[in-house]
Amino acid sequence: MSALSDQVVSIATMVYLLAMISHAVEYALGNARAKVVAAPARELVGAAVGGGATGVTGSVGGAGSAAVTAAQTGAERTARRAELAGRIAVVMTALGAALHLVGLVTRGLAADRMPWGNMYEFVLTVSFIGAAAWLVVLVKMPSLRRLGLFLNLVMALLLATAELVLYTPIVPLVPALNSYWFIVHVSTIVFASGLFLLGVVPAMAYLMRAGYEQGKRSFPYTLAKRLPAAAGLERLTFVLHAFSFPVFTFAVIAGAIWAEAAWGRPWGWDPKETWAFISWVVYAGYLHARATPSVKRNVTAWLAILGFLTVLMNLFGVNIFFEGLHSYGGL
Amino acid sequence: MTAVDDRPAAPAEAPRRRPNPVLALLRNSWRQLTSMRTALVLLFLLAVAAIPGSVLPQRGVNPEDVRDFYTAYPELAPMLDRVGAFEAFGSVWFSAIYLLLFTSLIGCITPRLRDHVRALRAAPPAVPKRLERLPQHEVLPAPAGGAAAVAETLRRRRWRVVVRGDEVSAEKGYLKETGNLIFHTSMVVVLVGVALGSWYGWHGNRLLVAGPDGVFCNTRQQYAEAKLGPRVGDDLPRFCMQLDEFDARFLPSGQPSYFNAKVTVDEYGGAPRPAEFSVNSPLRLDGANVYLLGHGYVPLIRYTDRFGNTQTSNLPFLTTGDIGLTSEGLAAFPDANVNPDTGERDPNLQVAFSGLYLPTAPQQPPFTRSEYPTEQNPLLDLIAYRGNLGLDAGIPGSVYQLDQRQVRNGRLTEIGQKQLRMGESWTLDDGTTVEFVGTGRYIVLSVRHDPGTMLLLVSSVGLVLGLMGSLFVRRRRIFVRVLPAGSADGSGYPDGGSPTGGSSLVEVAGLPRTEHPGFAAEFAQLVSAIRGDERGGEAGAGSGVEAGAGAREGAE
Ligand code: HEM
Repeated sequence: MSALSDQVVSIATMVYLLAMISHAVEYALGNARAKVVAAPARELVGAAVGGGATGVTGSVGGAGSAAVTAAQTGAERTARRAELAGRIAVVMTALGAALHLVGLVTRGLAADRMPWGNMYEFVLTVSFIGAAAWLVVLVKMPSLRRLGLFLNLVMALLLATAELVLYTPIVPLVPALNSYWFIVHVSTIVFASGLFLLGVVPAMAYLMRAGYEQGKRSFPYTLAKRLPAAAGLERLTFVLHAFSFPVFTFAVIAGAIWAEAAWGRPWGWDPKETWAFISWVVYAGYLHARATPSVKRNVTAWLAILGFLTVLMNLFGVNIFFEGLHSYGGL
Repeated sequence: MTAVDDRPAAPAEAPRRRPNPVLALLRNSWRQLTSMRTALVLLFLLAVAAIPGSVLPQRGVNPEDVRDFYTAYPELAPMLDRVGAFEAFGSVWFSAIYLLLFTSLIGCITPRLRDHVRALRAAPPAVPKRLERLPQHEVLPAPAGGAAAVAETLRRRRWRVVVRGDEVSAEKGYLKETGNLIFHTSMVVVLVGVALGSWYGWHGNRLLVAGPDGVFCNTRQQYAEAKLGPRVGDDLPRFCMQLDEFDARFLPSGQPSYFNAKVTVDEYGGAPRPAEFSVNSPLRLDGANVYLLGHGYVPLIRYTDRFGNTQTSNLPFLTTGDIGLTSEGLAAFPDANVNPDTGERDPNLQVAFSGLYLPTAPQQPPFTRSEYPTEQNPLLDLIAYRGNLGLDAGIPGSVYQLDQRQVRNGRLTEIGQKQLRMGESWTLDDGTTVEFVGTGRYIVLSVRHDPGTMLLLVSSVGLVLGLMGSLFVRRRRIFVRVLPAGSADGSGYPDGGSPTGGSSLVEVAGLPRTEHPGFAAEFAQLVSAIRGDERGGEAGAGSGVEAGAGAREGAE
């Protein structure tokens, strides 16, 4: 069962990678189409505006119309391909998430407990929540599909890191972790972290799109060409964070209750606790900043990204660099 | 941005007298301090100020690491220590930031609290003149009961409603501000809880050796390390405790899987009673909680001196932190070789053994590391010393470590090293013997009392509930005006007409006071409810979507 889990997780990583490539193809085709259409469109503004292409082209002249039709059919074909690539990418993401879930469940069955006893399992679970939440968002807002490129990139990176760096064989929980509050604590932390992970995607997209809308045409901003409007991305970022912040708050409190039972103090500024505090304060800052009219939305988006960096620091950095009571990291 | 529009504007009282410059300065500083921007900056500073506390070793977390840091960076460490870097969370700079933040917080919530209480008691405001300017707006035939019926419909949906003649104002979502205030107030209560804990709380750590000789009674002197809050009185709650049995189980890998300590507790005023506790389930006594933090072995070392006197040392050996419970310790016999006839003691014939205990020694040397935490192949590695242990000099030394100064200045000499299995003995060069008799167990306890925890728990609940109210509830208003029959034509609604032959119309408008993407849908449902098709039938839903699509989201 344990070996099965490991294999399924490897496959899931590959599938996420494929999904990412499909998204990249979608992007590339989308941009190619944009270039082809751009050239004649300057002369034939009408073709783009009026739905009936024939009527408009007729008035311009034979040679031009032939070129345009050729370009258009070519462009349509590319567009269709881009659409197909996008759909494949989504299917791949869903497949990856399904495999991911299988990997988690088999890991849990093999260990005979919840699969979050060490860092490997922890990262596996957090990233699954992120992927699942992404699919939910996608159903509600299909126009965000192109963001899948970033999501799958993050997923593939996280899973690969988990497998290559953090992998630990299955062991039961040490007594200190054997508590209901621990389960509550970790499941909610995992859930909130997954949502924070997801929240970073629209935050980054917002920054790029907002730049694009202000007329920036250099590298990262061009990626945002086909993204939904900046305001919508910004609102999505807020909704995700507004939802996960109370969950995270609850999770930290559950951790404190558990720490009181296990170590005799609810809060002791152990490195993990300290970084959870830092994340909490940064996210509180994000929500605050968003409610403060004089703070620019760019700044709030950066705060959200900063918040996630602190979450990552807690997930990886603290286990690797510091020594503390949260020594179940398995490194 | 509407989220802050109902925040009270700073009370701009008309200055009747010439403003006093000092007062003006004070008032301005106060306004600065309690602004959202300042709160943001302070929050950010707080996050940054917490970082050193996780990077540098902290006394409160791990005092040994601080000592190691001192040896590693002898120049840097004292400088860092002077700015409180090893007690970062109690340092002046950290405290300054959070105290400022909380001052700002209190300054911020007090007026809001007052205003909110006022708002809670006040009726929703009067219907504005030009309803068509609001983000949601619709005109429909008036329901049978007129304004009263509309008010009833709204009331049934738990809106707060006031009817003024032909006009109805309704508001909902007060819970948002309530939640927000509960959240921020809870934060202050958290701080109070922490303060209570640090003033009136105390804790101490202690090793408890199994058996009647190890009984521990809760007094200040009994703790090797204790930390008492400045307001803790002299007497701690009185109880005594004896460890009867300690059970530890491990996986084949050496990872612990189960701990249980059985004790007899004698609380003041009660009969001795048995009790059990473990990691994650502390023993909760009256006025103190007892936590299990660790465990280890107590090698029993018997020394027989030149005069045939025997003494047995039963001091705990401290674990070195590896999974196999390799432990180090000391068996000191300062009273050895005292002539029983004359009572004369030779201070240079004191004996001590520093030892390494391996519960499961490897089959081959080197015997430096235990392979497993239970005693499968116990081995005691002793180094014998004879001379002056330096205990009379009055310099307090650790009972777990030999005073190395005595070795360095030659008053104490090493006389050999030997590995002993259980039951084996070793005859030293002067004919005296030492025997490894057996082992006992000890556990590491943390005894704590924190009067702030209950408050922390209560405020945490407030924190989460308040946050949910604040983030998930939306504040919004509905205004309704019943237009007298026939007036619609004049007010410029071409579709208004007179659908029901001269009967009156109602004008309904909605204003989300905070960001509320779903408001259009809610408004549409309300409109259809007012229209009379309670179930929100097709017509209502259809017009709702239209309204939603056309409406601006959020007020200006
Ligand atoms: C102890 C530090 C503080 C923390 C951790 C904190 C945290 C938060 C959080 C998480 C929110 C978002 C929830 C919501 O929208 O209601 C919030 C909102 C708010 N906070 Fe704070 N806050 C702190 C201090 C302050 C201070 C000092 C002020 C006053 C200057 C303040 C004023 C507000 C206001 C007015 C809102 C409501 C924003 C809105 O309308 O949505 N807070 N705070």
